[in-house]
Amino acid sequence: MLRYVLKRFLTAIPTLFLIVTISFFLMRVAPGGPFNQEKGLNPVIKANLERQFHLDEPLVMQYLYYLNDLLHGNLGPSYNLPEFTVNELFAKGLPISIQLGATALFLALVFGSLMGIAAALRQNKSADYAVIATATAGSTIPSFVIAPLIQLAFGLGLKWLPVGGWGDGAFINKVGPVLTLMLPQLAIVARLMRGSMIESLRSHHIRTVRALGLSDYAVIIRHALRGALLPIISYAGPAAAALITGSIIVETIFAIPGVGRYFVEAALNRDYTLVMGTVVVIAIFTILFNLIVDLLYAVVDPRVSYD
Amino acid sequence: MADMLLELKDVRVRFDTIDGTVNAVNGVGLHVAAGETVAIVGESGSGKSQLMMATMGLLASNGHASGTADYRGTNLLNISKGELNTIRGRKITMIFQEPMTSLDPLFTIGAQLIEPIMHHQKIGAAEAHVRAVAMLKLVSIPEPERRMGSYPHEMSGGQRQRVMIAMALANDPDLLIADEPTTALDVTIQAEILELMASLQKRLGMGMIFITHDLNIVRRIAHRVYVMRQGEVVEEGETKALFANPKHEYTRALLASEPTGRKAPVSPNAPKILDGTDLRVNFKIGGGFLSGEPIVLRAVDRVSLTLRRGQTVGIVGESGSGKSTIARALLRLIPSEGAISFEGRSIAGLDRHQMRPLRRQLQIVLQDPFGSLSPRMTAGHIVTEGLLVHEPSISRQQRDRRAAQALEEVQLDPNLRNRYPHEFSGGQRQRIAIARAIILKPKVVVLDEPTSALDRQVQKQIVDLLRDLQTANDLSYLFISHDLAVVRAMADHIIVMKDGRMVEQGSPDEVLDNPREDYTRKLMKAAFAE
Repeated sequence: MLRYVLKRFLTAIPTLFLIVTISFFLMRVAPGGPFNQEKGLNPVIKANLERQFHLDEPLVMQYLYYLNDLLHGNLGPSYNLPEFTVNELFAKGLPISIQLGATALFLALVFGSLMGIAAALRQNKSADYAVIATATAGSTIPSFVIAPLIQLAFGLGLKWLPVGGWGDGAFINKVGPVLTLMLPQLAIVARLMRGSMIESLRSHHIRTVRALGLSDYAVIIRHALRGALLPIISYAGPAAAALITGSIIVETIFAIPGVGRYFVEAALNRDYTLVMGTVVVIAIFTILFNLIVDLLYAVVDPRVSYD
Repeated sequence: MADMLLELKDVRVRFDTIDGTVNAVNGVGLHVAAGETVAIVGESGSGKSQLMMATMGLLASNGHASGTADYRGTNLLNISKGELNTIRGRKITMIFQEPMTSLDPLFTIGAQLIEPIMHHQKIGAAEAHVRAVAMLKLVSIPEPERRMGSYPHEMSGGQRQRVMIAMALANDPDLLIADEPTTALDVTIQAEILELMASLQKRLGMGMIFITHDLNIVRRIAHRVYVMRQGEVVEEGETKALFANPKHEYTRALLASEPTGRKAPVSPNAPKILDGTDLRVNFKIGGGFLSGEPIVLRAVDRVSLTLRRGQTVGIVGESGSGKSTIARALLRLIPSEGAISFEGRSIAGLDRHQMRPLRRQLQIVLQDPFGSLSPRMTAGHIVTEGLLVHEPSISRQQRDRRAAQALEEVQLDPNLRNRYPHEFSGGQRQRIAIARAIILKPKVVVLDEPTSALDRQVQKQIVDLLRDLQTANDLSYLFISHDLAVVRAMADHIIVMKDGRMVEQGSPDEVLDNPREDYTRKLMKAAFAE
């Protein structure tokens, strides 16, 4: 097992290298640059800026500079937010996005699974239809509709929640963004769990434990649920990577200083280092969570072995 | 009646489906006493399994049972789930047809054995562990203590079925219900499991209900028989009396459905059509980057065989003996070493492209009539798909006409050609698969267990069909089967395979009636023993 983990980390290095290389050159193919503004910058200042960031040198040299910095853990300065380095931006924003994303995913997994199990046990009865309806609504209503609705209802109307802002991480400020992030995930998890549980309950080995006269708890929780968990685990990995790296919609609407906004803003501004930084962070999380999923698989299912 | 255990009276089972109510069981009465073995026979769909599922409270959620199932004064059909759970698994237990999937793949067999023991006997884990090990020993699992920590996927089908039996017997039940417990197993394993069940039943003095479609098994183990058809018991009685003097016409048909007849041998000078010399097939397991040397499995080890025009060579052996592999190697569907010639021309070195024109001469019909037909194509399209490759010039109308002809040849109504596979029965699907092979006018057809998934009566019809087709088209068959009764009826030359080697060959009379090898004798005993 340890050998397997080590092997996976070793294979992650070329993967990461490939991602960095492709994104680096792809981004440079796009026209424009960080200092091409609408009004036009004084050519002397622009030249000075470009010299300062090595942007006047050949692309290959820039790439090597970037790789060198990256190897030292330095993601470089942000071109558009000159007072910060990319490292600083992530150090400030990432914990916030992680908090919101992880909380949302955790709640979605717990409540989504419960809803899915309840629906599976009452298949084609009213409780089941209620869960399916909720799940369909949750996955079809976009978060840029849900978020303003939450602001309107609980912020402006009932005044239970602030309309937006981070408030230094006060609990009350997190409720709206977490809810918005959670609802679509809840819907997906509930549907996945329902289907997976129905299939699990129909399997032959569940018939066996029923025939052996075991209690409902043993049948449903110990045997059926464990088998039904596998699809949820495979979904949760990539979902976690996506959620904790922030959402531009939620962070913009609720004015949250996370990292979700960076990707889009940086891409639009050709803030090369910030885009690259975001790519690297998302790639690392994706690789990491996929590894965790594979390891969890081996824990739940003894047929999966990495020796 | 001595110590009556279970008495069913007027049991009915219906299922509510979108298409309306389906009556699976229509008023069945049945009884079983302590120490007695009762068999329920009937083809698939006769309601024999659903009757027992209803008794055990295991019907699907859209199923409803009525009537009485009286177990020592308690009607199992109208007690609460809690009460039922004190009887099932404790007093009445059940084992199922599918040993591969009936155990939970995520738990060790030890955990699965201990759980019901602790639950019903209210004892601690340590005590239950001792009991579980004793049960594994009882069902002759080697190294029971070590096996407690094994997962189901680490055991063979036969071993898993033994574990199922151990689980069912761990709480000293009065009655064991066995739903086709040996159908999915190899014949030799089948015989062992049956022997085990019979001896345990005698030792423990329990009653047993045995659901099966295999009359050989009934004859061997049952005291009394119930014959079921379309949800009703059409005949019942003592096994011997019933077999000797069947009253109902359906029972007679069932008894007469054992495949009969022999195939006349072809002349030893008949031209060789397919010839394999010194064939070897190796499978590599594992290996690759950072994983070291792969393990090499010899699936076929130096086997030579000759198929002459009009001949049927039967290949018998257990699963894993290499019987399917050698047929696939001969058709060049998998890589092999050794010489292969087709009509005197060596085909061993031909590549895919060079093989293609020969493919139509070498056809294959597979075991699974459910899995081997594309569910998204009509019967007509399935049958004529090969023509698209081998006769690309013919028009759509001509293809449709050929489809109709081919279906007629396999005695299917050609008007059904626009239907999809799921609308056909198992036997009909196998006819479609056969039509797909013969439409290309092949010279050799490999029949890989073509009748194994079918009921006896349907089996007999398919055997008759295959024989007719052989005479009409001068076909040569490679007939792979573990069912010796069918092989005896079909083949004029038999090859016995074990662990990738040919252990014996000869005419059916030589091989089946005077087997020289121990292994063949064991197969024979398992298949035909009284």
